[in-house]
Amino acid sequence: MARKKIIEALDRASSKRALKYAVYFVAIILFFALILLPPVLGIAFKFGAIQVVLDNPSLMNRALGAIANSFWIALFVSAIDLIAGIPLAWLIARRKSRWLTVLDTLSDIPFIVPTAVLGYSLVLFWNGPQGISMLFSGPLISTGWLLIVLLHFTFSFPVVVRVVVGALLDYKREFENASRTLGAPPFTASRTVTFPIIKPSLIAAFILAFSRSVSETGATFVVAGAFENGSIFLQNVKNTYYGTNPTLYYGATVFASLILILVSVSIFIITLALGPKLKLPVRRIWPSFERKLSYSKAESSRNIVTIAIFLVIVLIPSLFVALPAFQAAFTSTLNESFSRTGIWADYWQGLVLSYALAAIVTVLNIIIGLPMAVAIARRKFGHLSALMDILVNIPLVVPSIALGLSLQIFWTQTISSMPELLLLIFAHLAITYPYFVRSMSAAVERISLDMEEASRTLGAKPLGVFRTIILPLTKYSLLSGAILVFTRSIGETGATLAVTTNLKTVPVILVNWIKATGPNAPTTMQIGLGSGYLILFSFVILLVLRQIVKEKGRY
Amino acid sequence: MPEVRIENVTKKFGKLVAVDNVSLHIHEKEYFALLGPSGCGKTTLLRLIAGLIHPDEGKIYMGDRLVNDVPPEDRDIGFVFQTFALFPHMNAWNNVTYGPRVKGFDMKRAGTIGHEVLEMVKLNKRLDAFPNELSGGMMQRIAVARALAAGAKLLLLDEPLGQLDAKVRSDLRYEIRRMTKDLGLTAIHVTHDQAEAMAISDRIAVMKKGRIKQVGTPRELYMAPDNIFVANFIGESNFLEGYVADESKKKMTIELRGGIQVEVANDKAKKGERVVLAIRPEAFDFQKGIEESGNSIGGTVERVTFEGTNIRYEIRLKNQDLIVVVKPSMMAEWLSVEDKVTVSFPLEKAHVFGHPEAGLKEEIAVE
Repeated sequence: MARKKIIEALDRASSKRALKYAVYFVAIILFFALILLPPVLGIAFKFGAIQVVLDNPSLMNRALGAIANSFWIALFVSAIDLIAGIPLAWLIARRKSRWLTVLDTLSDIPFIVPTAVLGYSLVLFWNGPQGISMLFSGPLISTGWLLIVLLHFTFSFPVVVRVVVGALLDYKREFENASRTLGAPPFTASRTVTFPIIKPSLIAAFILAFSRSVSETGATFVVAGAFENGSIFLQNVKNTYYGTNPTLYYGATVFASLILILVSVSIFIITLALGPKLKLPVRRIWPSFERKLSYSKAESSRNIVTIAIFLVIVLIPSLFVALPAFQAAFTSTLNESFSRTGIWADYWQGLVLSYALAAIVTVLNIIIGLPMAVAIARRKFGHLSALMDILVNIPLVVPSIALGLSLQIFWTQTISSMPELLLLIFAHLAITYPYFVRSMSAAVERISLDMEEASRTLGAKPLGVFRTIILPLTKYSLLSGAILVFTRSIGETGATLAVTTNLKTVPVILVNWIKATGPNAPTTMQIGLGSGYLILFSFVILLVLRQIVKEKGRY
Repeated sequence: MPEVRIENVTKKFGKLVAVDNVSLHIHEKEYFALLGPSGCGKTTLLRLIAGLIHPDEGKIYMGDRLVNDVPPEDRDIGFVFQTFALFPHMNAWNNVTYGPRVKGFDMKRAGTIGHEVLEMVKLNKRLDAFPNELSGGMMQRIAVARALAAGAKLLLLDEPLGQLDAKVRSDLRYEIRRMTKDLGLTAIHVTHDQAEAMAISDRIAVMKKGRIKQVGTPRELYMAPDNIFVANFIGESNFLEGYVADESKKKMTIELRGGIQVEVANDKAKKGERVVLAIRPEAFDFQKGIEESGNSIGGTVERVTFEGTNIRYEIRLKNQDLIVVVKPSMMAEWLSVEDKVTVSFPLEKAHVFGHPEAGLKEEIAVE
């Protein structure tokens, strides 16, 4: 009874304009105060420090070279992602047989493997003695830029496939049918009609893949060897100068972070501005050539190549870490891992920290992200909402380690005894926030305004509308947004490395294990088992969450 | 070539049989309508003809060519979609010339065709407009122009007028018919609107639950429906249930509910058989007061509706059956609610059908 009364009181309160807008305002203020401004101010606080770098040409060139590497790799990887991802997305979205559903599920697997583990898995596959190198005389691909490209392709490919599959499923097939009845063979129909219409999604997929590639730190660190890109440079600077040479540390950090952030944001804005103007070549048509591409041999060989690329370059390397984990299960390593002594003590602590952190960040996202998502989707503040729509994406395109470092500078400068855990929560919140708000605001936008208006005319107060219409209809998106946030937080390495010195999450521990050298360095089996636990727990949690979604997914 | 033969075609979606063993012959240069309530399989049948979906069983011929395995782009058809499906990223001109261009015509020839068809739909001044800048009627004209520009001799139209306002709809339907006749095309037009189908078609196939109930000219369907469903779906009918009380060579006596006996022309029904009489509202005559003789029944006026051209009376017969009688408003005697009347009908105007096993309501249901 008490609960009902509280809900009624809240409903009544929500019809007061001032209160309603206060909720949205608080959400916007929190966004600025916790997410957008701290990194900007952090860099501003220490802006003077970059003089050290400007006076040191060799360090500056090293930084600039590393940053250039980041963007070249990202550009190359996201282009390849689209080229290889579109045929697979097509195959999944237009599935003609049941077994393609399996392919659909498989394409999500690299998602749940935290990137640091993914990096190690790739090293084992391409470079390790038990991997593909067995077929050759020595390691097939050694650590360095090529392995970075393969790694980035592996983790950004599923993102691209997911986005394009979604776009193809939402797309009205009638356009393509119209094109076919006018005489266009399938290839021409998709080239001149389908893809131009879903172009915004292709651009979104490109931006996502690009920013993931620029941003990724943990796994890149594992496979980079002596190669440096922007994030690795920042990490190396921290490892070398933090504590020993603060001037140089701050100088190099602020310099590289600033450039990385500026270039990323510029590329994002340029893509947003020029994307809609980009015309796909739809006027020229080569009937006989395109007809050949549409049928029989061309189609089936394209499908075979697509699936082969997915299996050999994405799926098998991603899961290769299962091999040492499996071997470990039959040795003393397994029992040793339960003993919670030696390296395993840290590991279990890290695991608890990782999951607790992910849970806290997910809850915080829902609390401060929901009002923001509604404010954006329903244009509660007119042009300001449209601006917000762009601004919430910024943490997504900014390299996470740069974000983390500038965030750390801001908070440690403003609050002298800032607890490391709070810093860690803020960093993860900033990185995951766009994922949640974007997926929620898209979901709210899909609900017809008529539905809300119908509910209002039937007497529901604003909060009642939210509770009885919006929330039930977006439950699925809320959960999938939460899953995105949760997995992203579990896998996050770059920003975590940046803001912590004592606290260690599991991916950080695993990176340290992999990077460790000397007689006491963890064995392949130990690392494999450590990775295996992380994948296993993440997988179980995902499975449970998906099951909950499925049970309630009747509309 | 643009003659379409459909032989025993069946299409299932999971357990639902959308098209159930349908055979049809559509003649060259005919304007043919597929008519039925929503979910009757008419659109599925049209998409089967277009090759957008494939039949599970049966054969589809265009002329003498078996087209079951021919993809839509090679069937030489024009298709007008219910939602128009104008390409949103192309202006009117590029939409209209899309067909000629994908067929590999040179730009000059594509341009000539484009101008011709746009002339035909009277939209050659809006070449640069994008679909979202056009009104519903204009989009519909562009959609027709685009289908015509492909140069096909067979035009398939899926509820092409469904999304338009009533007035625009009635103007456009004659225009589409005129164009197909001028160009000598065969047209297959899907609609759920029986008035639309009657107005423009040479022949109509009435469908229900994936099956064809009757094929004929609008006049045949109206004057001589084969079954209760068609009698109800085309125009309007009063249904009176009864059984054959007596029969002779030329006529039979039907006993309706409440012991009322009427005479109708003999339609080979057996004595004792349960039957349903279908009588059009305008087939009835009436006079004030109760004065029963042959084929006349007493009743009370329950409702009077003035519809402009006609007046519509709902009359409760003395056996509690409710019938509708429609008379031209300029000519009829005016009745008021509660008036006692006697209705009568000529015996040849009643159609006699065997009583449906599933019941009358089920038989005439449109959903």
